[in-house]
Formats: sequence, structure tokens, C-alpha cells
Amino acid sequence: MKKITYVINGEARHLHVEPNDVLLDVLRDKLGLKSPKCGCDRGDCGACAVLLDGKSVRSCLILAIECDGMAIETVEGIGQDGLSALQEKFIALNSFQCGFCAPGVTISATELLRNNPRPTLDDVKEALSGNLCRCTGYTPIIEAVLQAGNEGGEHGKL
Amino acid sequence: MENYRNIGKPEVRIDGREKVSGAAIYTADLDFGPNLLHAHVVGSTEASAEIVSIDFEEALKVDGVLHVFTARDFPNYQFGLYMKDRYIFAQDKVRFHGEQVAAVVARCPKAAKKAAELVKVTYKKLPQVLDQMEALKEDAVLIHPDLENYEHVPWFFPKAKTNIAHWRKVRKGNTEQGFAQADFILEDSYHVPRYAHCAIEPHCAIGKFDLSGRLTVWATSQSPHTQRHIFAEALAPLGITHHDVRVIAPHVGGGFGGKAGVTMEILAAALATKCKGDPVKVQWSREQDFYNTYQRLGVVTNLKIGVKNNGKITALHHRINWDAGAYVEYGANVVNAVGLSAIGPYNIDNVSIDSVCIYTNLPPGGAYRGFGYSEFLFGLESHITRIAKHLGIDEVEMRKINGIKEGDTTAYSARMNPSGLHEAIEKVANEIEWGKKETSKDPNKVIGKGFSLFWKAPAMPPNASSSAFIKFNEDASLNILVSGMDIGQGYLTVMAQIAGEILGIPTHKIRTENPDTDRNPYEWQTVASHITWSCGNAVKKAAIDAREQIFDLVERTHHLHRETLYLEDEKVKCTQSASFELPLSDFVINGIQVEDGTFKGGPIIGRGVFMPEFSSTNADPETSQGGHPNVHYTVGAGAITLEIDKETGKMRILKVVEAVDVGKALNPSLVEGQLTGGLMQGLATVMFEDMRYDANGRLLNPNFTDYKLPTAKDIPDEVIPIIIEVPQPDGPFGARGVGEHTMLPAAPMVANAVEDALGVRIREMPITAEKIALAYKAKMEQSSKDG
Repeated sequence: MKKITYVINGEARHLHVEPNDVLLDVLRDKLGLKSPKCGCDRGDCGACAVLLDGKSVRSCLILAIECDGMAIETVEGIGQDGLSALQEKFIALNSFQCGFCAPGVTISATELLRNNPRPTLDDVKEALSGNLCRCTGYTPIIEAVLQAGNEGGEHGKL
Repeated sequence: MENYRNIGKPEVRIDGREKVSGAAIYTADLDFGPNLLHAHVVGSTEASAEIVSIDFEEALKVDGVLHVFTARDFPNYQFGLYMKDRYIFAQDKVRFHGEQVAAVVARCPKAAKKAAELVKVTYKKLPQVLDQMEALKEDAVLIHPDLENYEHVPWFFPKAKTNIAHWRKVRKGNTEQGFAQADFILEDSYHVPRYAHCAIEPHCAIGKFDLSGRLTVWATSQSPHTQRHIFAEALAPLGITHHDVRVIAPHVGGGFGGKAGVTMEILAAALATKCKGDPVKVQWSREQDFYNTYQRLGVVTNLKIGVKNNGKITALHHRINWDAGAYVEYGANVVNAVGLSAIGPYNIDNVSIDSVCIYTNLPPGGAYRGFGYSEFLFGLESHITRIAKHLGIDEVEMRKINGIKEGDTTAYSARMNPSGLHEAIEKVANEIEWGKKETSKDPNKVIGKGFSLFWKAPAMPPNASSSAFIKFNEDASLNILVSGMDIGQGYLTVMAQIAGEILGIPTHKIRTENPDTDRNPYEWQTVASHITWSCGNAVKKAAIDAREQIFDLVERTHHLHRETLYLEDEKVKCTQSASFELPLSDFVINGIQVEDGTFKGGPIIGRGVFMPEFSSTNADPETSQGGHPNVHYTVGAGAITLEIDKETGKMRILKVVEAVDVGKALNPSLVEGQLTGGLMQGLATVMFEDMRYDANGRLLNPNFTDYKLPTAKDIPDEVIPIIIEVPQPDGPFGARGVGEHTMLPAAPMVANAVEDALGVRIREMPITAEKIALAYKAKMEQSSKDG
């Protein structure tokens, strides 16, 4: 066991991890953050995506111990002071169906819009290409990201 | 046109905020505290073998391991939805690669997994049969020698001492005469492999058998009440009854049929009974999800259609051989449903259909969105196009000539329900600009168009029912208690819209939650695209029941005739008195105070039940004539414009159009979601996905790296959903089901577009770039030889 520290959604939290503990399991089981989901456990589906120092990563492929001292943002953090313009757009367009992929998609799309506030269709497709969704055919998700970009832009809360 | 407030509006999902904010709790998200036990299941490494011994001495030595359980702990506990041919753990032999033979229960998942690897199972190989056509042969090994002893529903017809678990026969008219009248007959075979559902949430179930003898199971589920029933039946030898079993179903991360009935959930229920007091979690890995839940059945069909020169079909014979896998307790009903409907949406006088459910040593086949209709429509709609081309008739015209209309008879001679099939054909043909030949700017690419019709009926027992409670809160908000599952389709929202419409409450003030079988009234299962129709009727009745109680009370206390009362904007209003407005929040809990100071009324609670009392499976087993097995059909049409690279076979979907007659779109936004999403899932089965097995029946691609799902980069350039509304007389506000249908036309319309573009006909799914390129190359080589 090693004691490590994360800044999770803005709050410093200390915890003990084994060297082989995976970040996804630690977030879910030791820190109670359930929005990152396990869909494949091998980096294919993107349901476990979180922002690690601002960059999206698949938390099922990262050892918890590697992230000592880093900032981690999950969907719980993105919406903690009120949902973002992107999240509101997802709701308005009925973008998701079962919703299991929603947290991972939200992480990828949030990262995109923070770096590229007015993405093109191809930018959005590229950014979401690592998140599998079986329900929607992607169209209503892509549309929401495009609209959030066009309407929110640099001034929107993303 | 009715002036609806909630119905027909593209309202936002009532679970949208929960799902988008990360608040939504799925089964694997539930916390059970420090006493939670973890089970890891040992799967068979053989497809067909006798279990000689199971040695788990080493496994028990792993720190944290408490127990190892096998079939010895559950001797001959058989279960199944429509036929009891399945066991909690493989008994004396295994019948498919991956079948559960043992489970290690430990304090942590890592220990359970490590110990499971130390369980030594010794097998003695038995002959195996992986192909349904082989399994049909007289000398084929019998996968279930005791088939004749299995309990099953009365509409199944297993053949003892064969691998045929069910044979649905349909005979209508006289096919011999029909084919004799034909000017042209086309006979050919089609092949559709197995597919996986690939809901992004893997199966998970937690069982807890508490110290009082109460069994609770939390599960990723489409079928909480049916699961409760099957758990009670399967565990009856332990003295467990329905009274003791409770199933709680949180949000479910996609179903597509894969979480219907009971598969791995039985393990959580059964293991819990051996670990009294502590919850036991069974979390399927993605790999286990692929090979040990249900898979879509594989199919080899033989189709023969006779036509007159004018395009009128005179006879159809459809023989459908299903690779149903090692256990067919659910899959045999796929076979049954298709047998009844493999005539397609056509009016044909002379029909013979043989739909044959065949055991193989592959994983169990079961419900998958479309319930077998995608599989037979691939051949049928390919055939229609080929026949039209041969006759020199436009294929859309040929579909119009033969397309079924209201009042025509089905293959089993029931009357067809009201249907917008012909409207769908027209609208799709217009939208895709049928008949207009398009050419690619790139000389290496060609463009083809394909068309397909589809239909599907719910496949369910004739007494499958739904029920609903509605209760008011002080602020006139509502809770609807039902037991269907929102597997993504938007069911919770639509139930709220139905109740809100009747009771004059805005949808956003209504909560419909996922069920707990202790609290919520009965629902058969969330399958068959029947839940909007069936449970929608129950909710509507419950809302009317609540409304009548309100009118009773107001009539009694305000002395207004109930015929003059109506509900609007959360108030009771009166047609005879514009000034009368009684807010519901004034009385729906606390009643109405009258002159003497007493209160009348009390909490308003509505109750509604729906069962299709006209449905029956009583029919002649040799012809299927006589019953009314299907409640109604939903129909539609699809078309695609496909650009294909002649050298590589790579396809690009330029445009895809689909029209479906939903009776009434209770929420058009959600219907469009079904259209867009279902189409993509259908296109994925044609263009991307393929299950591959090795010679020992081991699935070679049980993961998303090797079993390719489409991504955001693979979507069509343009998707046009079209909603048709020819009301279903017995549907809530005229609605009928739509969830499964949207993927049905995908395969044949792609096959037809490929032929239109390149002149090659592909009769085996999937239709990959590689297959197209090779077929086109062979065609060019042949024509240069001939030429």
C-alpha cells in the first residue's frame, strides 16, 4: 500500500493504493465516483474516460499509483456548480438513450470544446471516435456538441 | 386532430438530467458495504465434453477465498423461459465453450479471479456439432438426449431423439398449385451468422439471501418480474417461493434483448443462497458478456418464390434452419415467431414455412433486437429485388403490387391490422429519389441504391400483461409505478406523457422510476417492442381510474355534474362554469373540506391493467391455422444510397432513409432516436460485425478490438427518419411498437444497393468491403474470360 494524493474535482483527497490497483477501480470503489463506467476493461469503449491534468484518458488502462499528485476531473466535477452548456444541450436534444456511455462521451466532448470551442463536424467525429455508443447512432450526440460549440463558444461554460 | 398537451410532443427525457449529470445509478454502481462477496465463474474450455472431475483444492488456498461451488451444489436445477433445458452449472457435461462449470466466491474480486484460474477441470471430449445443418443429419450427436422430458410451452414441438428443439410449420393455400401457376420461380439460399448485442454495460447481478430467508437480486435487467418467477422456479428445491424473491432493477445500460429472460443472473441468485447473510456479486467481463449470455441465432435459409410475369407472387416456401446453440429456452421462441411471419409484409395465398430450431454446441441463442426478423428479411427482400430485376419490373413497384394491406390475411390467416406500409413505400421512394441513377465524381467509385420493406409483430405469450399504479403527491406531481425497463428507448418518459395527458399534469412533474418487484406492479418483460403499447394501455387506464376518482370527489363535494368536469393545467375545470377552477394540489392528498368542517376523499391512487384478451396460440401444429398468436404488426420501408470503391469494396453511406408506421408517435424525438440508432445497429450487422469461432467452438473475437462496432466516424452522411401514423385501434392514443423494427431493413437494402452498383449479389452476411471486392473481382475475371 502506498499513500497518494489526487486533486479530484477540485478537492485534494488522500488514499492508499496497491501497486496494481487500476485508476478506474480506485475512483469507483475507494473514492465513490461512479460516473466513470467499466464497459470493456481494455481501452476499447471509452466509458471510463476521465480528465487527467486536463487530458482525457481511459482510466481502465492506467495504474492508480501513476497519477499521484495529479488533477482528475470526472463528470461529477464538470456539473458540480450547475450543468455545463454541453450537458444542457445533451438533455435538450435527447442525445443519450441508455446513458451508460454518457459520462465518457461528456469527458471527450468537454476536452474538445475546451481546446477547440468551435469545432467542425469532422473535429467532433474525431474527438468522439474513441467512445462507443450502441443506442443512438451518434447523430444526436454529435449535433449537441456542434450546437454547444456554436452557441457557447469561448464564452460558454464548458 | 386531437389537441394534446403532452402526447405527440418532442419532450425531453425525464431521466435525461440524471443520465447526463452522472447521477444515474446502474447495477454495478451500487454499494453493498464491506461484506460484499465476489464470484468469479470458471468457464468450460470445451464445446462438448463430459466433466470427469473438478479439483478446487488449490483455489481454496488463495487468501480471501471462501467457497467454490459447482453443479453438485445445485443438482439438476433446471430452468428456462419457454423450455426448461438449462442448468445453473453444467451438470455431467458441457455443451458450449465458456459454459459455467464452477464459481469461486471470495472477499475481493482479485482473489476470486486468481483462484478461478487454479480450478482444475478434467474433461473427456465428446463428439461436437457446431453447424446446424450437420446437427440435422441422422447420425449427428444428440446434444440433449433427454429432450422429450423437458417442460415447455404448449406451442413448441420438439422432436425426440433429434437435435430439433422446435419446428414451427405454417401451411396456407396450396403451394404446389401456386408454384404451378408461376411464370418464374427463384430458389436460393441465404446465410446469416451470429451476432452479439454489445450493450456497453456488461451484465452484472448481485444476490443477497438474508438471515431471514429473503432473496433479493439486483440485476442489469429487461425482465425483473420474469426473473423473479424464474428464480423462484429454479430454486424451488431449496424451499424458495415467489414470496421470498425480490428483484430490483436500477438503470440499465442497454439491452437489445440481451438482458431479457435469465442468463447469468441465475448465478447471483443461486450463489447467494449458499452464502447466507452476505451479498454476492457476479460481474461479467466483456468477454463473458459475448459468450455466456445470449447471442443472435445464426441462420441458413432456403427460399423459393413463384411469380406471374406481372409481378404478382403466387407461392412462397421458406425453410429456415436456425443455429440456436446449446440451450434454446429463449431462442426457440425466436424460431417460432419467425415461422409465423416469414412471409414478410406481403399478401400471398399459397405459403409453406418451416422454421426449425436446432441445437448446436455454440453459446445459447436468444432474444436480440428484431427477434429473428432481420435474419429472414435479408433473404426475402434480396429475393424480391432479384425477381423484379428478372421480370424487368421496378422492384418498388413489385413491392407495391404484393404489399400487405389492412384486412389481408397473414400466413396463419389472421387479419392484418391497419397499416401505413404503402405510404411508407411512397415516402421512402420519394426521399431517396428512387429511379434516379447517381454517378460518383471519383471514376473508381460507383453508386447504387437499395430498397427493403420490413414488418414485425411482438413475440409474446398470449397472456403477457402489464399493470400500473399512479399516485399523487401534495403538489399534484405524480409517481407512476410500473415494471417495464427504460433500456434507452425512453419508456419512462412516454409513460409520464400518457399519464400527464389524461390528468392534465406537465410531463416534467411526473416521476417514473425503474422497478422493484416488491413495490411495483407486474410487467411481463421489456421485450418485443410491446411496452409502449401494452404498459402504455395500463398507464392510461390507471390515469383514467385516478381521474374518475377526482371527478367522483368533486361531484360529491361541489355538486357539479361529472360530465361537465375536465382536467387541465393541474386543475379541475368545468365546462358550465368558467370561474370554477380547483387546483389538484388542494385535495389530491388531503381531500376536500365541506361545509360541516369534515374532509372527503383522500390520496388519489389509480390502477390499470392490460392483457391482450384476443390473443391465442391454439392452432393446428401442422399448419398454424386457427389461433391469433400475434397482436399486431408494425411495418415500414427503408432505402439506402451507397457509394462503393470498385477496387477495395469500401462503402460509404451517402444517404439512408427509413419510414416506420408507429401508429402515433407519442414522442417524435424519441421515435427518431429509435430510427437513427436502430438503423446504425442494423447497418453494423451488415457492414462491420461478424462472430468468428474456431474449430473447437471457441469464440475468437469476444472484445471490441476484434468485434468491430461502428464509431462516430462511421455514421452515414445523411439519415432521414420518417414517421408514419396510421393509428393502432387498441394502442394508447393509437401507438404501436417501434423499438426493434428500425434495424430490420438494413441488411437487404445494403445487399440490394451493392448489386445495383456492381452487379454482384451477396447472399452471406456480413457484407464487408473484402467480400464485395472479391466478388466484383471474380465477376470481372469471369466476364473477361467470357468476353
